[in-house]
Amino acid sequence: MESWRDNRFVFWVFALPGTLWLLVFFIAPLAIIWALSFGEQVDLVNVEVTGTLQQYARALTDPVYIQIIWKSIWISALATFLCLVIAYPIAFLISFASTRWKTVLLVAVILPFWINLLIRTYALIAVFRTRGFANFGLEWLYTTAQLDHVFGPFEPLPLLYNNFAVIAGLIYVFMPFMVLPLYASVERLDKSFLEASLDLGASQVRTFFSVTVPLTMPGIVSGIILVFIPCLGSFLTPDLLGGTNAQMIGNVIERQFKAANNWPFGAALSFLLMYATFGALALRAAFAGRKQGMEV
Amino acid sequence: MSKPIISIRNVTKRFGEVVAVDHVDLDIVENEFFALLGPSGCGKTTLLRMIAGFETPTEGEILIDDEDMAQTPPNLRPVNMVFQSYAVFPHMTVADNVAYGLRVTGTPQGEITPRVAEALEMVQLDRFGARKPDQLSGGQRQRVALARALVKRPRVLLMDEPLSALDAKLREQMQLELARLQQTVGITFIIVTHDQDEALSMADRIAVMESGLVRQVATPDRLYEHPSSRFVADFIGKVNLLDGRVTGARGKSVSIDVAGVGKVSLPFNAEAAGDVAVAVRPEKVRVSTAKPKGGAVAVNGEITDWAYYGDTSHMFVNTSDGLRLSVTVQNETRTTVDNVDLGDRIWLSWQPEDMLLLTE
Repeated sequence: MESWRDNRFVFWVFALPGTLWLLVFFIAPLAIIWALSFGEQVDLVNVEVTGTLQQYARALTDPVYIQIIWKSIWISALATFLCLVIAYPIAFLISFASTRWKTVLLVAVILPFWINLLIRTYALIAVFRTRGFANFGLEWLYTTAQLDHVFGPFEPLPLLYNNFAVIAGLIYVFMPFMVLPLYASVERLDKSFLEASLDLGASQVRTFFSVTVPLTMPGIVSGIILVFIPCLGSFLTPDLLGGTNAQMIGNVIERQFKAANNWPFGAALSFLLMYATFGALALRAAFAGRKQGMEV
Repeated sequence: MSKPIISIRNVTKRFGEVVAVDHVDLDIVENEFFALLGPSGCGKTTLLRMIAGFETPTEGEILIDDEDMAQTPPNLRPVNMVFQSYAVFPHMTVADNVAYGLRVTGTPQGEITPRVAEALEMVQLDRFGARKPDQLSGGQRQRVALARALVKRPRVLLMDEPLSALDAKLREQMQLELARLQQTVGITFIIVTHDQDEALSMADRIAVMESGLVRQVATPDRLYEHPSSRFVADFIGKVNLLDGRVTGARGKSVSIDVAGVGKVSLPFNAEAAGDVAVAVRPEKVRVSTAKPKGGAVAVNGEITDWAYYGDTSHMFVNTSDGLRLSVTVQNETRTTVDNVDLGDRIWLSWQPEDMLLLTE
């Protein structure tokens, strides 16, 4: 049979919708924002693209923005790291479960996707607020253990509107993106490598760090990228769960486009974030290139 | 026989309803090359994994050097294993793979380097230390797995189907090499295999297993020439199995009425009665055009099938009494094959003492 790629007509019929979609809804908006980042706000509604670099200069020199970018990076990094630590045992559990349980557990990991992000985030508010489920449960434990006789009445913990709430929210939202690639690579891992390591005298802990982690590195790296990048750009979670001090770069960008009505500056901040992301991906590519031939 | 290094005592392993290993008793002695042979699913790999410590016996005990291993995890047992997939760590060089087992147990670096070099030399990979496993062939990867296990100087080396992934030529070469290696290092080897040629050519003793049971433990020649059951006779080599009935025993001979052959007197001192099986190996059968004289057992038949293997040929002959017998013919001259045609009537004959009497 003739390959569909060899027939020009068939090729374009298949390729055109996707190409158009990418052009109109992805490349074009991106190009417009990119152009705007070199522009100036001339009046309330008009932006003039003058090729100026003043927006970038402002973003990189004003300590407020540098601080927020820096904070976004460490919050995302911490959330990503915690995701990895929590997701690894989950991935192992799923991989070693019986076939029937495997399906159930995988569905359980994916299930939150079926509910709108906004609703899930509001649900977290109900959990974390002063008189929310978390504090309610803690209070019950506190009084059951009769600690109120020792330390006085229970004081609700400030769980909402701070960095803790943002990190917890990010972990909650992006956990499946960590679990799934990790699971895929643990599942692919030939278990006789682990047995061989034990057989040669290594302890379980040594086996984990010397054999399991290096051999599941592709999954670890994919998971980190899939969690870290969307964390960096998230604005809904910090907006709803974070207080006034827990803003991330995503919230600042959103404000520039809406409340502050400064599209050029918002565009410049967006692209700074994007350059950072590209940098991270380039590092990943370099890393993968160096380790090439390692994948099993 | 020297003292057992591994004693398997009444070991049973169940996976749910399935009995993988069924009340097995085995003693494996020092410096022995021992083979666990059987068809797939007979429990031989499970038994090996129990010795290594990857499975725990449901019942019974496994002793290594007189010590019960029930509570000892795999990393603390004085045995090492070569896995069927070799399991050579792909993220380490050949030398690092071999050094791994020494490093994790805290061997001083000054001792590791010479021992790794020695192990690599033993498997003829001394120039490959810096390579990654994906730059090696299957046979070389297996040598790495072998060196990695031997460098630990285990009491017993376990091998799970060590040659199954190699091509025929390489397999033959490795068979000789493994036997040579076992003699040089003086370590007990236990291999699991489904390939009777492998077991026969390498092992000092073989345990034949079938559905979890050990059917016979013997040296290769005892197994082949004196199988204790129909299963073993049939599994090891090729055999013509015939039905018989004992009609009388007197002194050092047994008279048997063999279906399709007639009365045969076997010169054995055997306690047998009733229905039995008798067998003759295809290579012990002679082919002739005229009826052979003397005391040989002879039947007449027609050649129905012919399989040519170069050095030998297998002939299938149907007799007028409904027997189907196979014969191995040495192609002694370049014209041997030209003289035989399908449909030819020939005589098959063999000596009564070459027959096997199987009561099980």
